[in-house]
Amino acid sequence: MAIAKAHNAVKVVRIIVRIGPLSGTEPKLLENAFSISCAGTLAEEAEFLTEAMPVRVFCNGCGSESETAINQLICKNCGGHETKLLSGDELILARVELENAD
Amino acid sequence: MCNTCGCNITPGNRPLVLAEKPKNGMTTVSVLQNLLSQNNQQADHNRSHFDAQKVLVINLMSSPGSGKTALLEATIKRLRESLKIAVIEGDLETENDTKRIQAQGVPAYQITTGTACHLDAHLVHNALHHMPLDDLDLLFIENVGNLVCPASFDLGHHRNVVLLSVTEGDDKPAKYPVMFRAADLMLISKTDLLPHLDDFSPLNAEQNLHNLANDAPVIEFSSKDGNGLEAWITWLHVEIEQHRSLLLNNQTQRPKVQQDGQLLHVHPGKTKFHPLDNKVVHT
Repeated sequence: MAIAKAHNAVKVVRIIVRIGPLSGTEPKLLENAFSISCAGTLAEEAEFLTEAMPVRVFCNGCGSESETAINQLICKNCGGHETKLLSGDELILARVELENAD
Repeated sequence: MCNTCGCNITPGNRPLVLAEKPKNGMTTVSVLQNLLSQNNQQADHNRSHFDAQKVLVINLMSSPGSGKTALLEATIKRLRESLKIAVIEGDLETENDTKRIQAQGVPAYQITTGTACHLDAHLVHNALHHMPLDDLDLLFIENVGNLVCPASFDLGHHRNVVLLSVTEGDDKPAKYPVMFRAADLMLISKTDLLPHLDDFSPLNAEQNLHNLANDAPVIEFSSKDGNGLEAWITWLHVEIEQHRSLLLNNQTQRPKVQQDGQLLHVHPGKTKFHPLDNKVVHT
């Protein structure tokens, strides 16, 4: 709502949230919660979209990137355990599309 | 990772940086705001309180009944002469755990969450007003017994300790990856029961933890027979020393999960929106 006000918007048209499975958030449940919490606000008619982020890791051992299962965050290439998460734990409000007064 | 030079922009979150073009009468605003930012700001505030008073804060998480309070009782018995300890207890109902801790002669404060299944940074902040922070070395936060939600909330603490009791099954880290990925230490509890169980292998539990790319140490522990107590006490002492030496350099410790994908915007309050060119600017 703060963003909508800052842009003098009359209506929030679309809200896009990016969710990775390691964030601990279920997209479907968040969508249900949104439909309740937006009632009576500028976002009442907004479309609420969630974009699922893949679980991707970078291997510090062999330098390769791989897409993995949520509970197998090891390198698919060499099987190494020393990996860094590149994506998959997001819970981010990515974009808001607003209708302007003019 | 660094939030100023842009090296935190990864292949996973790079699309977030690309904004859509505005259309007639419509504005698309790239926000990229962590939806837990309010909690995280409060958590940082809590952490600065703890650091100002040189208190190491440990968040204990596990499923209900895996022995968190028993671990605390054994720990306090062993350490109360040498360290000043207090406990914040999180439960849906009852003050039973607080009474058990107070019986050990240390301050304890109960947060009853009602129907909420986890503690958050705001609940912990309210509890701090009941804690003698200026007279403490070590503060334990016993989170609500739950292997799901508590993992997602930074409380401002410094280390996550996750308990896994041997009656729960050694595949718990694979079933609850969000929780076990956050562990700075995994404590396998109730090991005195191992002789009666043919389906729990501490080695398998450790392997499942490592499959989450988590190299946290694992300590096998029983509060009944005291097995593993010294290893746990040693770990605590090392953490206290490490925290104190970081504080000397104006640094602090954070619990394991850095939420890499979320790091893009750690100061949402300082982010300004420019609708015309859809740029997001940090000030």
